[in-house]
Amino acid sequence: MSIDLESHARLAPGCRMNEKTQQPRTLLMPERALRLNGPSLEIVERCDGQHTVQQIITELQQLYSKAEPAKVEQDILGYLALLQKERALDFEP
Amino acid sequence: MECGSPAPAFRRLRHTRMTFAIANPLALIAELTHRCPLHCVYCSNPLELEARNLELATEDWSRVFREASALGVLQVDFTGGEPLTRPDIFELIRAARASGLYVNLITSGLPLDESRLGALVSAGLDHFQLSFQGAREETANEISGTKAHAHKLRVLEWLKRHRLAVTLNFVIHRRNIEQLPEMLALAESSSATRVEFANVQYYGWAFANRDSLLPTRTQVTQSIDFLKEAQERLAGKIKIEYVVPDYYAKYPKPCMGGWARKLMLITPSGDALPCHAARVIPGLSFENVKRRSLREIWEVSDAFQKFRGEAWMQEPCKTCDRRALDFGGCRCQALLLTADAAATDPVCSLSPQRPKVDAILNAIVLVGAQPEACATEGPSITVGAAQRDRTDTSADDVCLPTTTESKPAWLYRPNPS
Repeated sequence: MSIDLESHARLAPGCRMNEKTQQPRTLLMPERALRLNGPSLEIVERCDGQHTVQQIITELQQLYSKAEPAKVEQDILGYLALLQKERALDFEP
Repeated sequence: MECGSPAPAFRRLRHTRMTFAIANPLALIAELTHRCPLHCVYCSNPLELEARNLELATEDWSRVFREASALGVLQVDFTGGEPLTRPDIFELIRAARASGLYVNLITSGLPLDESRLGALVSAGLDHFQLSFQGAREETANEISGTKAHAHKLRVLEWLKRHRLAVTLNFVIHRRNIEQLPEMLALAESSSATRVEFANVQYYGWAFANRDSLLPTRTQVTQSIDFLKEAQERLAGKIKIEYVVPDYYAKYPKPCMGGWARKLMLITPSGDALPCHAARVIPGLSFENVKRRSLREIWEVSDAFQKFRGEAWMQEPCKTCDRRALDFGGCRCQALLLTADAAATDPVCSLSPQRPKVDAILNAIVLVGAQPEACATEGPSITVGAAQRDRTDTSADDVCLPTTTESKPAWLYRPNPS
C-alpha cells in the first residue's frame, strides 16, 4: 500500500467531518470517530479530492515551517496510510 | 464504536456518591421497531418483543436525537427489528442529521426498492449496513425463516449506483461458517468498504437455539486463519472485522465498551437500556425517554449505575489487571450461565465457572450428521475442500459434517403484534 504523491486524496464514502460549529472537530466514519486537532485536522481538511498528496505535503511544510520538511512529509504519509488502513480515504488519479 | 483519542470533557456527577467521572455516551442504538420480515434464529431482540402500538412517535425520536447530540453522542444506529418498516424512516434520518448525528442504518434490505434507496441517500444517510444470513440462498432462507437472500443480492447491485458507505454484516455460526470464502467473494464483488463477520453470541433467541448454532473449535480456528489472510490481501480496499464467539475466547470482550461507558440503547417504546439483552437481568428497572431526559437516564438511573465502574465487581475481576480492558465482560452472559449478573463473565479463562462453558463446547453434537457422506458429497463441501488444498489439513478437519446436518427444530423469532 504505497501512496502515489500525484494522486488526489478524498474522504471515502461515509467518512465526513462533523459540522464546523461542533467541537471538538471530529472525523466521523463507519463505527468509528477520530477527534482531530492541529496537523491531523489540517491534513484531513485537505483530503477533499482537489489536493494531490504532494500539495498537502507542500502546504503543511509551509504551515509548519519550523519543523524539518522531511519529517513533515514522513508524518503526513504515515497518517494517510493509517487513514487508508481504516478505509477512510480513497486515492484518485 | 471506538474513539481514537482520549475522552473529552469529563463531568463530575453530583447526584451520587461515586467518585469517578462519567464520560458521555458516544453512540445511541435506536431500536425503531421490533417488527421484522425476518425471523432469524439468533435475533438479538429480547424474547418479549414490543408491539407496534407502543412504538415512539416521530416527534419523540426527534427529541431523543437532539438530547443525544447535546449529551455528546456522535453516532446513531437505526436498527430494529427492521427499521425500514417505519414509514417515517426518511424523516427520522433527516431529524438525526439535523441534530448533528452520523446516521447508520442496519437493515435486512427487504422493504427496499431502488427509489426508496435513493430517498434514504437523499435524506442524509451516512452508512448502510446490509445483513446477510449466509452466502447461499438455501442456508440464508432457512436461518431467516424467509425467502430474503435473492432480494439482498438485488440491493447490492442498486448500492453500486450511490456514493454511500456500505458494510456487509454476515452473522456466523456452525451452519454457515464454512461459507466464509463465498461470503468474502460476494463482498469483493460489491461496493462495500467494510465487512463484518460476527459470530453469533449466545443471548436471547440465539441462547435458545445455541445447540444448533455453536461452531466447533476446528471451524473457529480455520475461520480465523482464513480471514487473517484476507485482511492482509484486502488492506486499504475492504476493512474486515471478525468477531469470534465469546465461548471460544480466552478473555471476555469489553461488552458494549463497558457497561454504561459508551453506548445507550433505546427500545421501540422508549425504554433506555445499557445493552440489548439487559432485560434478562432481574431487579433492574428501566427509565423511559418519555418521562426522563437522556442526560438524567445516562447519569443517574439505576440500570445505568448498576454495573458502571468497578464497585460491583467480584473476584477474580476485582483485583485483575485486565478489569479496565474488559470491564468484567458481559453481564447478561454471566447471568445466563452462572445465575449471577455480577459474576465474572464465565467465558474468561480466569473465571472459576469457565468449566461450565467448556462443558457446553464439549457437548456440541452435530445433529443427524453423517461424516462418511463428506467423502462423496463433493459440491456440498466445496469450502472445506478449498481449504484442504491450501493448507493441507488432515482429512478429519476437512470432513466437518455440518453441511450434512439435518435441519434442527429451530425456535424462530416471531413478529410482534
